[in-house]
Amino acid sequence: MTEQLYQDRIVALAKAKTGDGRLTSPTKSARRDNPLCGDRVTVDVRLDDRGKITEVAHQVRGCLLCQASASALASVAVGRDAAGVVELRHDAERAVGREQGVAREPFAAFAPVASHKSRQDCVLLPFDALQDALS
Amino acid sequence: MAGKGLAGMSFDLAALRRQFPILSETVNGQPLHYLDNGASAQTPLAVLDAVRKYETTGRANVVRGVHALAERATQAYEDARSEVAKFLGVTEPKEIVFTGGCTAAINLVAYAYGQLLERGDRILLSELEHHSNIVPWQLLRSRSGVEIDVLPVTDDGRIDLRALPDLLTARTKLISLAHVSNVTGSLVNVKTVVDAAKMVGAKVMLDGAQRAPHGPLDLASLGVDFYVFAGHKTYGPNGIGVLWARRELLEAMPPFHGGGSMIGRVTFAETTWAPPPRRFEAGTPPIGQAIGLGAACKWMRGLDWTAAQAHEMALAQRAMDGLQAIKGTWLLGPAGLQDRYPVVSFTLEGVHTHDVAQVLDSHGVAVRAGHHCAQPLMNRFDIVGTTRVSIAPYNDKADIDAMLEGVEHAARVLR
Repeated sequence: MTEQLYQDRIVALAKAKTGDGRLTSPTKSARRDNPLCGDRVTVDVRLDDRGKITEVAHQVRGCLLCQASASALASVAVGRDAAGVVELRHDAERAVGREQGVAREPFAAFAPVASHKSRQDCVLLPFDALQDALS
Repeated sequence: MAGKGLAGMSFDLAALRRQFPILSETVNGQPLHYLDNGASAQTPLAVLDAVRKYETTGRANVVRGVHALAERATQAYEDARSEVAKFLGVTEPKEIVFTGGCTAAINLVAYAYGQLLERGDRILLSELEHHSNIVPWQLLRSRSGVEIDVLPVTDDGRIDLRALPDLLTARTKLISLAHVSNVTGSLVNVKTVVDAAKMVGAKVMLDGAQRAPHGPLDLASLGVDFYVFAGHKTYGPNGIGVLWARRELLEAMPPFHGGGSMIGRVTFAETTWAPPPRRFEAGTPPIGQAIGLGAACKWMRGLDWTAAQAHEMALAQRAMDGLQAIKGTWLLGPAGLQDRYPVVSFTLEGVHTHDVAQVLDSHGVAVRAGHHCAQPLMNRFDIVGTTRVSIAPYNDKADIDAMLEGVEHAARVLR
């Protein structure tokens, strides 16, 4: 089971580190902690005047799943507003089995997490942080 | 498999392991290697049999009933209290209070003993405490205005008692410390603490959650005032814990919870309290769990702990040596075995602790990863968490070797 959890796609997403780092002058920022494990995600976004993301960056102090999720999220977040990020979150929630339906890419990669309930919040923590930043 | 501990005593490990049916389980197609004993230890047949006996031949409420089953249940419940007293090395079973767990026991003291404190009184804790020995005192601080002082931790993960003279004041009423750290395994020097406490008239409480699973205690000689531990970490059931306190302290303390069993007489004008320990056991207690814990204490008193501890520490040394041989590991805690218990915490450079634990799970190895409910200690070392190997007498070399193989695997595939 665990070998599947750390499948190549998830490891590759984490190692890609898409959006890794901080923005110098973000429009908004947010930090979220997972109190159970101590993981922390900080997200910076730059927004246009319609509230759409023009640039996003994240700093993850967390596990490989959290890093992979932040990386995947950063790869598709630009051009979306808060409602668009909610749509992405539905994909992640579908991937980890918390919602019915088929998850779209890149979040379909997280399907193995569905059988690891205690790790699902690791995938969703970057979403929590980004949604806080956009709220 | 008969082994030899460091002390050279015979230790029939195979016979011991047979008493724990769960150890023959497989996990992810691998034999179970259970090294998460610091979170919850496994339970021997003696405990399971005692609980089953209560549930099948004596299940009833305690104290109140006059029928035969109620008498059996009450007798078994009080016998369990006596077993716990023997395990702790105290002569008076009435000083044993059954609680819902170790956390519940600390909360009981923080509330009830806390009622005796005044604004400006001080509680002394340490930087390595479990959250359950921090947060109840913060709640007390919010309620009554006591102050909290914190002993620092040394670079090798021990409570730095050199700071005691500076932190103790005439207003210090209680020093509450982990007897053994749940992260570093370090043993606090109780005599130093008790001697210092006496100088200012402070009481001493030890959180024995990580010490009690490693053999009977002698509280009478330790000289402390309060001692707490958890049932599920000491080979007993969940949902049960113990507070021991000196009789005069229990008698001075008001109740924590109100309800049945803890009263003397109830009128709408006034209620009087039952004497300890009933004063602190409101409502129907966790009867089967208490009986199971009594059986666990009896079972532990029957084990040769000189050999068992030598065996545990030999495994801890094997784990420490093996981990240090893996590139990128960092061990948090004392370098040697002196004044420590078999808890080994480590980090693996470039790999998150939960990822290490997840890969270990695929090897059948159960460990704990994260901040271990000790975030101030994590902050002290500027780390997110550690992976923790916690050892019990029933562990063997195969457990340690599977863990080391898993860590090497994690380092290979996740870095």
